Formats: sequence, C-alpha cells, structure tokens
Amino acid sequence: MRTAGFPLLTFIVFLPLVGAAVAALIPSSKEDRLLMPVALIASLAEVALVVFLVVDFPSGQAGFQFVSQHSWIGAFGISWKVGVDGISLFLIAMTALLFPIAMFGPSLRGNRKAFMGWMLLLEAACMGTFLSMDLFLFFVMFEVTLVPGYFLVAGYGGPRRNYAAMKFFIYTFAGSAFLFVAILSLVILTAPANKGHETFDLITLGRLASGLPHADQVLIFAGFAIAFAVKIPLVPLHSWLPDTYTEAPTSGSMVLAGILFKLGAYGLLRLGVFLLPRGAADLAPLLLTMAAVGITYGALVTIMQKDLKRLVAYASIVDVAFIVLGFFAFSDQGVSGGVLEMVNHGLTTGAIFFLVGVIWERRGTLRFSDLGGLQKPAPILAAIFLVVVMSAVGLPGLNGFVGEFLVLVGTFVTHRWWAVVGTTAVVSGAVYLLWAYQRVFHGSTSEINEKFKDITWREIGMVAPLLAGIVFLGIYPKPFFDRVNPSVEYLLGHVEQVAPNADVPSQGSSAIKYTVPADQSVDASTTANVGPGSSASSQQASAKQASGGGK
Amino acid sequence: MIVILLDVAGRVSDQTSTSATSVPCVIAQGGAHITSVCSAASSLHIQVAYRSILPILVLVIGALGLLAISAVLPKRSRPGFYAILTVGIGALALAASVWQWHDIGNLETHVPTGTEAALTYRFAHQLTIGGQVFYDRFSVLFMALVSVATILGAVTSDSYLRREGLDGVEAYVLMLMAGTGAMLMAASAGLITLFLGLEIMSISLYVMAAYHRRRTQSGEAGLKYFVLGAFSSAIFLYGIALVYGATGSTQFVEMAGFLGANSLINSGVLLAGIALLIVGLGFKVAAVPFHFWAPDVYQGSPTPFTGYMAAVAKAAGFAGLIRVLDMGLIAQQANWRPAIWFIAVLTLLVGSVMAIAQRDLKRMLAYSSISQAGYVLVGLQAASSTGTAGAVFYLFTYTFIIIGTFAVISIIQGPGEARNDLGAVRGLAKRRPLLAAVMLVFLLAQAGVPFTSGFLAKFYVIQAAVQRGQYPLAIIAMLSAAIAAFFYLRVALLMYGSEGDVPVDSGASAEAVRAGGSTGSAGDASTLAGLAPIASLDGTTAVATLLDPPDVDEPVRLPVAVVLGICVVFTIAAGVSSPMIDIARHATTLFSIS
Repeated sequence: MRTAGFPLLTFIVFLPLVGAAVAALIPSSKEDRLLMPVALIASLAEVALVVFLVVDFPSGQAGFQFVSQHSWIGAFGISWKVGVDGISLFLIAMTALLFPIAMFGPSLRGNRKAFMGWMLLLEAACMGTFLSMDLFLFFVMFEVTLVPGYFLVAGYGGPRRNYAAMKFFIYTFAGSAFLFVAILSLVILTAPANKGHETFDLITLGRLASGLPHADQVLIFAGFAIAFAVKIPLVPLHSWLPDTYTEAPTSGSMVLAGILFKLGAYGLLRLGVFLLPRGAADLAPLLLTMAAVGITYGALVTIMQKDLKRLVAYASIVDVAFIVLGFFAFSDQGVSGGVLEMVNHGLTTGAIFFLVGVIWERRGTLRFSDLGGLQKPAPILAAIFLVVVMSAVGLPGLNGFVGEFLVLVGTFVTHRWWAVVGTTAVVSGAVYLLWAYQRVFHGSTSEINEKFKDITWREIGMVAPLLAGIVFLGIYPKPFFDRVNPSVEYLLGHVEQVAPNADVPSQGSSAIKYTVPADQSVDASTTANVGPGSSASSQQASAKQASGGGK
Repeated sequence: MIVILLDVAGRVSDQTSTSATSVPCVIAQGGAHITSVCSAASSLHIQVAYRSILPILVLVIGALGLLAISAVLPKRSRPGFYAILTVGIGALALAASVWQWHDIGNLETHVPTGTEAALTYRFAHQLTIGGQVFYDRFSVLFMALVSVATILGAVTSDSYLRREGLDGVEAYVLMLMAGTGAMLMAASAGLITLFLGLEIMSISLYVMAAYHRRRTQSGEAGLKYFVLGAFSSAIFLYGIALVYGATGSTQFVEMAGFLGANSLINSGVLLAGIALLIVGLGFKVAAVPFHFWAPDVYQGSPTPFTGYMAAVAKAAGFAGLIRVLDMGLIAQQANWRPAIWFIAVLTLLVGSVMAIAQRDLKRMLAYSSISQAGYVLVGLQAASSTGTAGAVFYLFTYTFIIIGTFAVISIIQGPGEARNDLGAVRGLAKRRPLLAAVMLVFLLAQAGVPFTSGFLAKFYVIQAAVQRGQYPLAIIAMLSAAIAAFFYLRVALLMYGSEGDVPVDSGASAEAVRAGGSTGSAGDASTLAGLAPIASLDGTTAVATLLDPPDVDEPVRLPVAVVLGICVVFTIAAGVSSPMIDIARHATTLFSIS
C-alpha cells in the first residue's frame, strides 16, 4: 500500500470543488470573460492530475494506493480517508475524461455560471465517492451527487424537467435511507469486536464484518443492495431512469448515465461484496435474477421506444444489468468484465448521448418518425454514430466486445443458466441499436432533414477522446487488466475466504491469492487472470484464452 | 415537604445495603446532600449559588432594565435602540454561559475515578439553590443556545418591527423573559422548577404571538396558543401531581432513586403521571398528536417571532423532556420509550406529509418543524448518552437554521406580511441571487443534505436509534426525510426556476391526480381537495396556480445580513467539522447512566 507524501487523491477531490466555488463567486459583470477560463482550467487540471495518477499507478498490485487519511469526526471513528485501487482507477479516469466533454461540448441554454458550478461540484462528489475508503465519507459523497444532479436536470432539461428531477431526487434519497441504516448497523454491530470503538474505515470493517452473525450480514447487505439497486438501477426500481435521462440536458445525460450509474454499481461491489461477502453470496441468486430480468425486460422495452434518447436511456438498463450479472458471478472474468463494462458504458453512453445531443440541437426532435435518412446530409456524423453503436452492440475490436464476452464467460463458469439469459442481450442489443441507427440514418431523407448540417470539427474534437478510448480498450485492453485484475482477485479471494457459500470458482489457489504481497508484479494479462496452478483454473485459462483470441 | 424529603432520603439510604444497582448509591449520596441542605434550611437559610444561574440573572435584570430605561427615555427614542440593548444583553448572557462552561470544567477536573463515585460526586456538586437548579453542562449549553437565539432573534425582529411600525420596548422584554423561562426549564432539577420555567416562557410567547396588532391572524394565533397552551400546562401540572404521588418527590434525582430502588406494586398512578408529563411537554415541542396549535400559531405570529419561538420553545421543551425522562424517569424507560417511539413515528410522518399540502410558506415550515421535532424524539427515545447528545446537537443547529429561514421569509413577505404564499419565492434567484442562495442552504440543511448541519444532526440521532437496535424507526426516519425533501426542493425549484417555466402537459397532471388521490385517501377527506393540485411530483402544477411574485423588494439591512451570514456559516461549519458534537457530548455525559 503506497502512501504518497503528496495527497494527490485529496487534491483530485478538492480541485473541482475549488473550481466550483470560484465559478460561483465570479461577479455577473465579468462572467463572459472569466467563467469559461476558470471552468476550463479546473476541469483540465483535474484531467492532468488523473493522468498523473494513472501513469504512476503501479500495475499488478492489489491494495489501495496513494492512501491519505485525516481524522474528521474522531468521536465516531470517522475520517477523511481516500485511496485508489485497480477497480476505481479507471472509473476515476473516465470521470475526469467525461466531465470536460460534457461541460464544454453540448450547447447550453440557461444560466452558464450555475451550470459550471454544479458540474464541477458533481465532479468533485463523484471523485469523492469513487475514492473514499471511509463509509461515512462514501455516503456523504454519494448523497451530495444528488444536489447538483437535481439542479442540472431541473435547470437545464426538457419540458418535464421538474417532474423528472424531483423523481430522481426522491427515488434515490429514499433508497439512501436503507444505505444509511445499513452502514450505521454495520458500524455499530462491529464496534464490540473493535474494542468498543466505532469505525467507518473500509478496510477495518472488511476485517470485522466477517465476524458478524450470518443473518446480520444478509440483512445489512440487503440494505446496501436496495440503495444501490435504486441508483444502478435494477429493474423493479428503475422507473426514475427513463424520465430523468430523457428530460436531462445532453450534458446532464452524459454524466448521469456515464458516471452516476457507476456509483451504484461501484458501491455494490466495493461496499456490498467486499464488506459482506456472505450476505452477497446468499443474495447473489436474487441479484443475478434481477439482472437477468432486467436484461430481457429492458431489451423488450427498449425495442418499443419511439424516441432516440428514450431508447438510449432504456438501453442503459440492459447494460447495467449486465454489469451486475458479471459482479455476482463471483468469477475473475465476470468481475473484471463487469469493471470493464462500467468503463465501457461510460465511454459509449457518453458518446451516444453526446451525438444524440448533436442531432437534437440541429433538428429539435428525436422521434424516429421525424428523423430518417440523415446519412445523406451528414455522412461523418453517421459514421461516428455507427462506430459508437457498434461498440455498444459488442463488435469485436471495440471495447464493448471484451467486456460483454468476459461477463458472459465469467457468468457461464458459475451460473450457467443466467449466462444463457444474458446472451440474449447480445442479440437484442443488436436489434434495437441497429434498428435505431437504421431509422435515424437510413431510409428516404425528408425535406427538412435535407438541410441537416453535418457534425462540426469542434464536435468531432469533443467526441474524439471517447472514440479513442473505445478503440483502445477494444484492441489492447492489457494495460487495463494489468491494473484491474489484481484488485479483483484480491476481492474474490476475500469473498471466498470469508464466505464459503459463495461459488468462487478457483478454489485451492485462493489462500495463496489472499495473501499475495502487494508488490508482486504480474507481467502478462493471462497470468494475472489465472491463479497459480489449480484444478479449476484450467477451465478459467481456456476461457481466458478464448477471450484473448477475441481481442 | 422537608419531612418527606428526609423521609425519602432515609428510606433510600436504608435500602442501599440490600440493592446493588448503581442508581441507588448515587441517590443515597445525593439524598444525603439534600439532607444537609434541608437541615441548613431549618434556619430558613438557603445558599444561593449565583454562578449557576448567571445567564438567567442577566436576562431577567436585562428585561427589567429595558423596562426601566423605556420609562425614563422620551417616547420617540432612536429606532433600533432597544434591539441593540437586547443584543448586548444576549451577548452578556452568552459570555456568562461560556464562563460557566469553563467553571464547571474546573469543578470536574478532580472527579474521583470509578463510575459510581464520579456520578455521586457530580450530583452532589451540580445541585444548587436548595437542590432546585442543576449546574451542569447540559443546562449551560441550553443557556448558550437561548442566548444565541435571543441575539439572532433581536436583530431579525428589529428590522421587521420597524417595517411594521411596531417598534417598542415590549417585544424585546417579552423575548428576554421567554428566554429566561427557557433557560430555567433547561436548568431545572425538579418538576416544580420546570413548571415555573415553562410558564414564564409560555406566557411571554403567547403575547409575542399576538404582537402584531393590526393583523387579525396574529391575534388569533395568540388566543389559540394561549387557550391550548394553558390547557396543556394544566395537564402537565396534573402529571406532576400524579408523579409526586407515586414517587414521593418532584426532584429528578430523588425520583430516579426511588424508582430505581423500589418496584411499584401498582404503577397505574405513575404511568398516568408520565403520560400527562409527556403530553404537556409534547405540546410545547409540537409533537404529533399534540401539534394542532403549531400551524396556526406559526402562520399568525410575527415572522421573526415565529423563528424565535420555533427555536427556543422547542429547545426548552426538549430540554425538559430530557430532564424528566432521561433523568427522573430513567428507571421507567421500558414504559415511556415505546410511547416516545410511537409519537416520534407519528411526528415524522404527519409533519412531512402534511407539509406537502401547504401553500403558505410559514404554515409549511410549521409542519416541517413538526417533522424536525420527530428526529429529536428519535434521539430522545434511544434513552442513551449518544441519543441525548444527538438531540442536543440537533436542537442547537436547528436554532440557526430556523431563525435564518424565518428571517429570509420576513424579508420576502414584504410590508404587512402581504406575501406568505409559495408564489412569493418564485424567481427569487433572478431577483436576489444572494438571498436565494442563503435560503437554499437552509432548505438543504433542513432536508438533511450532507455538508450541512442538518445532515450530521440526523446522522447522530439515527445512529443512536440504530445503537439501541431500533432499525425500523431509523428507516422510517430516513424515509420521512425523503418525503420532506420534496417540499424543501419545491421551494428551491420555485426560487431557481425561470419565469416561462410552467409547462402544461397531460403526464404531469395525471400524476397529480394520482398522487393527490393516494395521499388524500391516507389522510383525512377534507384535505383531499387541497392536495390534488399541489401534490404533483414536479410542483409545476402548483406553480401555475400561484400568484405572481411581488414587484418591489425590500432591501436587506446590514445587521440582518450579518445574522444570515452567521446562520449560514454555522450551518455549514457544524456540518463539516466535529467540535460542535464534541460539545454536545460533553454536555450529556450526565445521561450515560442508562
């Protein structure tokens, strides 16, 4: 575990916050001159910090890096503790990448100053959630995201924005009630084992929580699961999503779908699975089933949509269900694939929402009946859109394929029939996305659509980083897995050690894995994935080989 | 009385040899202490420890001084003069309570070790003035709270009273007297002192509610508050009588000792007494189902007085409840905790659901403050030091939030309280961005959003509930926060929404009908009609029927701006740092006996 002298992560959280404060304090007379530079500097400096982090992050290490800790509310064992590991590293990178694009890409109507302030605040809160190693800090940051999220939707959204924003806030706030009580229960119930001191520290709790009675673990995990299932959202709890994403402005949809989604999935993995493996193992069939239902139901509903933005919103339900499927397979490939899918979904959905926004700005409508034949007036836009759609569909060579494949393989190893249901998503995804593409870009071009202007260079510049990420992760995901896999293995080793009821496939090797020294270097993605010589890992290896061939 | 006290003390002392629980030991010593006081009293000389009631004395003398000065000064004195004096008196009281805090710290430095010995020592040193007043950090913290509320209240009232042409010395004298009563309640060591404080405070507040002579609503508020308040005082008094009958004492320490050492064969009288005490104090804190006065009184009273009332009466009522339940009746917690649990749930839910249906800002805040009282009850029902500390923290931070909120409203409403409806805040962010931002902080704090004191306050009380294994209560409390978020955000939405922001679409109105129908069927039928248009999730249907915002805006005077600044800074500072909760925990270590 590396503790840097320079509190890099704290800076990553506070930099956008400072930017937001500065932006809010700019007097309105100087707004035209000062606002954009301030916002630009804040968000690009953040990118620079994160690039430094990614470059400096050692590959092949499982533990948290760059940890910095300060006591906050000492009486209750609450501290400011931030750290980054392989699982959160790329989510951080994606957040830093997506925010500037969302802030400066789409055109905006309404109060710019407030918009920049809320966006930077949201960025700080998202960073804080991904980086926090203290449950209190996590909850606080998780909740804070709601406020800017609310004002972004309510202030800059579509015609029913107020309704959507309120629904978004109340839904998630109600879900958080369970998260809050679950965290408190966990902390208070583990206090006796910690010499009577309450602690919110993630690592300490991970150690203590395994000593709780089985029933408690299941109940607390259920609390986590409810809260995060609302945020993710899993199917019976998803009804806020289409409204919010449809009504949100383009930039709002980009960050909501690209990043806020991931908070829930990340929380489920980081808090739920890591802290309460037994509860997770007991409820895994339920969550897998919810995911499977989400995949089929989401796909059906998506196919029926008549509006492009709403279609993308519903398609997100399928994608996140896929992530959850991977997580609760409890296999290396499944969880690694799930983590990759989180990043993929951020890049792809961010890009799609951006392009949808481009169409909206030109055309003012997103109904399929009004669109059609846009390829003729806008060939470049059509080409870019196609690349992004292909990434979402899972075309080999693009990022979507790697993630989807790993999730399916990982699920197949442990939960065959759920994997079978999951596979239908590959088909249905192709159906609704390609059909949507066809209805927007092919067919006869109506008179209004003839005048459709193609994508500008500025807009191409905005979407280019996302495209680069899509292609890079599709062709060469090794650097990604080098950094993610050790953390995933560590997590699964922990799950297996604590929860014998979990179907973690690579038995035998787990004890060794669990004590893997943090500095053990792993030089190839295949060896990183496979535990040292065990009976079950040969099965994994073959699966890995297959995925490697795909890449 | 003295005979009875001696008798009780003697009886309890006899029993200590047989029972080994900690409380009787404490009481034996406490009783012995009182015995010595009583023997001294046989020569009718009770030693008055002035240091223990210093802030109270400051307020009383200040109030009398104000009256004296006003009699001497010419009729048309400089406007704002009395307000400045009141602020000075409040500051003096605050300084006195800060001094007291350190003074007690000095007393406590040589506390003997061992829990029982320490407690014995504390009780012996903390009972002053014939055993009627507690000189502990709990009372001192509440004295500081009341002093702060007096300072903030005086400044915000000054602006309002001058605008309404009501400027005069009476308002400030009443405010100081109400503060005196509140302080006395917090410092009381027995039910009689508690009742004394309650009456001093209440009578001043009745007059304050009716202070706006030209508004009929204000007179109505005063009358309603008075009639119902007098009724509740009577109930409280009856409760005292019954508890005295059952325990043989009105002193908290002795009650606790008696109940800890003896089990009653027939506890009917005691239980009835406890119930009546809870009703009497529950009325003061506006807990459901004793809340019916609150909306009318909050709506009718002069706006800054409403803020003062919401802060001080609530704090004092809860201080009394904590003293009675967590101290005097702690041995009976198995009996009163379920009652408080039930009241807490009702208060949380009724408060936040009814607030949704309100169109009047002050009325909405009345229901919101009812709901906030529910959280304090959550802390109270835990009957633990954590819960009490959480409740105290809640009350202290809420003081700043609620006085600030009502100060903002008194600016928005305009002369004659013309505009108290929700429409008055519409587009506020455009017209006065700073004021809107201040209001937003208060709204978010009341909704319990992190990085405001409101979040930490909820965190502490709910943590206490979870500690006692009250998971359902904790979840209900959090869900009620989600309900409450709706109406706080609606105000925020109105402030920050743009003018052409009233879309009419069928989806929203269908939602409105549905939401209205379901809420209405749960509540009573009379509110159904009122709910239907306003309960839609987006709040825009409500906007469509609201009046336009006022044309002319009243400027914010500098002292009020400073007060608002203090409230905002405190709300955020207490939400991100820990000193305040440490203070609250210091103040409530006393209650760790449970």
